Amino acid sequence: MSLKEDQIERYSRQIILPRVGGKGQEKLLGGKVLIIGAGGLGSPCALYLASAGIGTIGIVDSDKVELNNLQRQIVHDTNTVGVAKVESAKQRLNAINPDVKVKALNMRLTSKNITDVIKEYDIVVDGSDNFPTRYLVNDACVLEKKPLSHGGIFRFDGQAITILPGKSACYRCLFPEPPPPGFVPSCQEAGILGAVAGAIGVIQANEVLKYILNIGDLLAGKLLVFNALDSSFRQVKVPKDPKCPICGEKPTVTKLIDYEQFCSIKKKKEE
Amino acid sequence: MAVKVRVPTPLQKLTGNRAEVEVNGKNVGELIENLEKDFPGIKERICDDQGKVRRFINIYVNEEDVRFLKQDATPLKDGDEVSIIPAIAGGSR
Repeated sequence: MSLKEDQIERYSRQIILPRVGGKGQEKLLGGKVLIIGAGGLGSPCALYLASAGIGTIGIVDSDKVELNNLQRQIVHDTNTVGVAKVESAKQRLNAINPDVKVKALNMRLTSKNITDVIKEYDIVVDGSDNFPTRYLVNDACVLEKKPLSHGGIFRFDGQAITILPGKSACYRCLFPEPPPPGFVPSCQEAGILGAVAGAIGVIQANEVLKYILNIGDLLAGKLLVFNALDSSFRQVKVPKDPKCPICGEKPTVTKLIDYEQFCSIKKKKEE
Repeated sequence: MAVKVRVPTPLQKLTGNRAEVEVNGKNVGELIENLEKDFPGIKERICDDQGKVRRFINIYVNEEDVRFLKQDATPLKDGDEVSIIPAIAGGSR
């Protein structure tokens, strides 16, 4: 692949970076990234990845854009309220950068379909909004040995970790089991500032770019903890756990699990 | 000795909305008991019925997860910073 003139112009500010260059840009254009959730994390992540020229971006979501999403889900806009989130995101990403092939996957991930969905991508970004999906994504990525950028937000707290299956700790090494249904306030009750989601989603985009460019140090084996109220970023160590239920020495999770959905308001809506 | 404890958002209801509290304790187990004395109800959020830290919450002394140190017996010294970090799931829809 060689860069066309308009691509050299479009990406000039990153091509001139010593660790990127034309070679790096070609890697980005050849990169395939799957973003799970076109929401508060997935939106900023997708915008930066498309702008940077990631060649193929898959986006999974089964929701439609609602007016109350726009405060933080910045890939959508007022005109796409009511439109499937993945279609709305596709329109916006295509408008930013026609180099990007966007695959709109309007679906819910389950233990039956996730393996096929993640298979063709180089790295997965988890921007989902519930524990069942997060554990499903972690487990599928571990079993398929697919790198994963995990990000989570709750009110003024944010977390991010990058998982290189087999090499660094997975999400279950960090938190072996999800909380029981009802233990944690549901997503609608919790509330979030758009900028907090943005901070974490952009960190996930940055992790993906570094992974594809093969530069720098990833957040592998360490959890980044962001507190928006005191603007602090801290890191704690996350060793690989020999007792990890999925990637440890004697795994107890050997197939994918569909945990009970416990965001109760959402569950009612879907029934 | 007093140790600084960073309290995550979901538990701040129990600490009067404070994100950081000072608690005494020679080790992590003692610290949790003293947290409970100062902020009743916080222990059952952190620990299960058997008194073990729940599997979706971690306790760090400085940067280290106490699961990989001496769990409850992990010693604390002046100036240590303890963080309680729960799994969070928002993405958000």
